[in-house]
Amino acid sequence: MTKKTTGRLKESAIRAFFFACGVLAVIALLGIFATLISTSFPAFKDIKLSEFLLSKNWDPTSPEMEEYGILSMIMSSFIVTLGALLIAVPIGVGVAAYLSDVAHWRVREIVKPVVEILAGIPSVVVGFLGIVLFAPLISKIFNIGHGLTALNGSILLAIMSLPTIISISEDSLTAVPPAYGEASLALGASRWQTLFRVKLPAALSGIIAACMLGMGRAIGETMTVLMATGNARTFPQLPQALLRSVRTMTANIAIELGEVPYYTAHYYALFAIGLVLFVITFVVNLVADVVLHKYQEREL
Amino acid sequence: MSAEALKIRMETRDLDFYYGSKKALDKVNIACYENRVTAIIGPSGCGKSTFIRTLNRMNDVIAGARVEGTILLDGRDIRLPDVDVVDLRRRVGMVFQKPNPFPKSIFDNIAYGLRINGMRDKKRLEAVVEGSLRGAALWDEVKDRLDENAFSLSGGQQQRLCIARALAVEPEVILFDEPCSAIDPIATAKIEDLIETLKKRYTVVIVTHNMQQAARVSDFTAFMMLGELVEFGVTEKIFTNPVNKLTEDYITGRFG
Ligand SMILES: Nc1ncnc2c1ncn2[C@@H]1O[C@H](COP(=O)(O)OP(=O)(O)O)[C@@H](O)[C@H]1O
Ligand SMILES: [Mg+2]
Repeated sequence: MTKKTTGRLKESAIRAFFFACGVLAVIALLGIFATLISTSFPAFKDIKLSEFLLSKNWDPTSPEMEEYGILSMIMSSFIVTLGALLIAVPIGVGVAAYLSDVAHWRVREIVKPVVEILAGIPSVVVGFLGIVLFAPLISKIFNIGHGLTALNGSILLAIMSLPTIISISEDSLTAVPPAYGEASLALGASRWQTLFRVKLPAALSGIIAACMLGMGRAIGETMTVLMATGNARTFPQLPQALLRSVRTMTANIAIELGEVPYYTAHYYALFAIGLVLFVITFVVNLVADVVLHKYQEREL
Repeated sequence: MSAEALKIRMETRDLDFYYGSKKALDKVNIACYENRVTAIIGPSGCGKSTFIRTLNRMNDVIAGARVEGTILLDGRDIRLPDVDVVDLRRRVGMVFQKPNPFPKSIFDNIAYGLRINGMRDKKRLEAVVEGSLRGAALWDEVKDRLDENAFSLSGGQQQRLCIARALAVEPEVILFDEPCSAIDPIATAKIEDLIETLKKRYTVVIVTHNMQQAARVSDFTAFMMLGELVEFGVTEKIFTNPVNKLTEDYITGRFG
């Protein structure tokens, strides 16, 4: 065999390998989706879809009347996630701006890897922190019976999504061409004005992507919220919701799936919750993608 | 043309510049006259950019950089502690080597310098944007597309947009660092014409490695080598009858 043909063979082999990897990933994804649909579908023989999505009462083991409404859980997931974003986005973007713009490069060189390592802390450890550290603090500060509340979950999820938000936002801020900053400074703008009016807008697509990824992590996180939010099956009324115990969709699945009798309406309903979660995450990612493309078009 | 009758707008005296321990400028004395174009020429790496960037203190941000000597704007040292660098940069505008518009609309690019100073009045913004674009000979080409992204312009147009952006904040001195090195000859000719007009109102300093360009647009020329000023004088004299042998060798193309 000549050198040239071996080269070509090698190349097509490599190409086939990567193609196979891609196909495998798609198949896995479709498989998950199909399983989720087929396992959750039987639930709707016994449960009306409208009741499932719009009722606030979830009581599948009631001796008198079983109830399968997940609105409380959707709302709880929403509140905990929103709270996490409200905490994590300003801090995360602020730290990213500090690292890319203000910090000495040696500080950046040390802080960035440390932040990225934080992403690897097991969620069970974060949940533990919530129980022993933040919950007592919250109960003391707000003078409530116990601190296992939505706020507690939000704080922990914020901590968990900060590494992603900081790291990716910092990357996209660093990727802003220095020429933009120079142009701004040369026009008599201060460093603050340059940061807020030129660098942050230019890095916006990356920052939004960072926040969306952080949000994705927060919505789907299970162990931490299960440990830290009290798991009360009540509908979170909005003004005080952050200081009440809540049960998110993920926590509910994790709590009940271990004890549910197989192939009952309850069993299928838990998968249906999973499907709802999947759809929500999918929509969030889709919206993020659309937003990103819009901005990228405008930038080019 | 006698230099004595002219007013000196900016001037450096025994200017030294260091990047850390590396000396990039050595006792540079150059005067920039009002309503005249001063060209800085010299082989690449001789410190032209370093010099021009000390005039609006753009080198301040470089870690480890150090300036010694005196830089005067209207007779006042711009490095005195009470000089506001933001104000200085408003008075001494700069156009860079590569066109660097912001990723914003044409209008917003030019309005930027005004908005950061708190101007909100739409009417006045519009008036200044139009005036600046006219001043940069770009108005007729873009007047119907002010909302379009600046990146939709050609390279030459982008560079004139950057000039318009600098004009909008009403500077007194405008610094050009090789403004034509990234654009085509026709666009270059337009910018050279523009510089000719600009000098009626402003003090212009231009770095160029194109000697013909220096000869065409400038009234005074400074020739630098290895961080030192070799010769400074009236452009015509530098190009026809230089005092220094090095200058003669450089402009006749014997090196560089
Ligand atoms: N940020 C910097 N840090 C260290 N050295 C630099 C820096 N910028 C320029 N220099 C050095 O200073 C000298 C002059 O550079 P410069 O002013 O850019 O020259 P020119 O514009 O004439 O080509 C060169 O030797 C260059 O390598
Ligand atoms: Mg240069």
